[in-house]
Amino acid sequence: MNLTLKIWRQKDSSSKGQMVDYKVTEISEHMSFLEMMDVLNEQLVNSGEEPVAFDHDCREGICGMCSMYINGEAHGPDRGVTTCQLHMRMFKDGDTITIEPFRAAAFPVIKDLVVDRMAFERIQQAGGYISVNTSGNTQDANSIPISKHAADEAMDAATCIGCGACVATCKNSSAMLFVGAKVSQYALLPQGQVEAADRVKNMVAQMDLEGFGNCTNTGACEVECPKGISLDNIARMNRELMKANI
Amino acid sequence: MGGFFKSSIGRKVAMALSAFFLMFFLLQHLAINLLSVFNPDTFNEVSHFMGTNPVVQFALQPVLIFAVVFHFVMGFILDIKNRKANGGGYVKNNGAANSTWFSRNMIISGITILAFIVLHFIDFWFPELNVKYIQGDMSGMLPGETEFRYHEELVHKFAHPARVVAYVVAFVFLGLHLAHGFTSAFQSVGAAALRKKLNTVGNAYAILVPLGFIVIAIYHYFNH
Repeated sequence: MNLTLKIWRQKDSSSKGQMVDYKVTEISEHMSFLEMMDVLNEQLVNSGEEPVAFDHDCREGICGMCSMYINGEAHGPDRGVTTCQLHMRMFKDGDTITIEPFRAAAFPVIKDLVVDRMAFERIQQAGGYISVNTSGNTQDANSIPISKHAADEAMDAATCIGCGACVATCKNSSAMLFVGAKVSQYALLPQGQVEAADRVKNMVAQMDLEGFGNCTNTGACEVECPKGISLDNIARMNRELMKANI
Repeated sequence: MGGFFKSSIGRKVAMALSAFFLMFFLLQHLAINLLSVFNPDTFNEVSHFMGTNPVVQFALQPVLIFAVVFHFVMGFILDIKNRKANGGGYVKNNGAANSTWFSRNMIISGITILAFIVLHFIDFWFPELNVKYIQGDMSGMLPGETEFRYHEELVHKFAHPARVVAYVVAFVFLGLHLAHGFTSAFQSVGAAALRKKLNTVGNAYAILVPLGFIVIAIYHYFNH
């Protein structure tokens, strides 16, 4: 298929970016979106132009690096996928595809489609962990009884890959689905109880400090999340914060 | 606890708590207004009670005023903060793919409701304050008569088609605001299970309450 791509080009974080049009031809419908971007970049390199910078790592939907806003949606029009899992069969021959970086004040653009998501790392550092004695006499986690329901819900929350699609999608650039998932995965398990109050307070404080917006419960993040993280996690985070403050 | 209400989540919770109070207030307001259609005498008596009872006037009314002002001011503050958090917007954004128009535009329905409240205060509340607390007439009677004035005043107001149209439009936006706001308030206070269970109740509330007010306005227009 032949496509017209409208891509956000920005030299560096201090430059003003703009949309630039490109044509790509003979794209296979079996290609992933990133493979299509590879074809474009090969074309640009061959013609002596600067290739489009974009993040990617595992290309199997778990690293959360491939942040692209495609035709007005994070990771494009398919559901439950990252950009590397988005296939060109989702588009038609002759289509014009708009590709932009994730937009949020807390996710500044570094170059072209690459954004700085270190804000997520700083939120994690503020409390997204449990303190475990690893001196050699660590207790086997399986010796602590955990109900199937709690284990399943914690696992569901833990599938968050921190890709930032929730922030990119939210009209308020809220990070509450991400933080809700990270708070929930520990709040549901006995190992997370000891530091539960400090965790939620510190992670929410860091989230606010980073300049993310407020959740207004539109539910857009849940729809666009490649891992299907539920809004229930935001409600649980709200409960955890209320509990920690009472 | 002070720190809690300064956090983003604390502010959401505060918005939700004021919303619960306002949604309860809307129900009682509608119940009393419906009396104007079905039983004007009772409407007059209840209106007189609400307008002169010291508990209602000096305990509940200030709470209501606080809730209304808080909900609007905090709504604007959060909207400004959220716009600042947004990285300038996309060249192409397909919001309809993942959320409803009314959930994304609570500020538009909110501003419409604010404009309506200004009109509503000019129509009813300010004249009421004038009669009772400036002129000092607490009788609730029509001048020189022995009949209550409340029903007569209400019917008189809805004789004007422009006012009826303005009220109907405002109530449609109130419905859109409630269509998202009702369940959103439950989500904000962490009651995710209730949010799902009450989805139908929320939709019914968002349709029936504004519809009730619309029916009352139109009824009085055609029966004045």
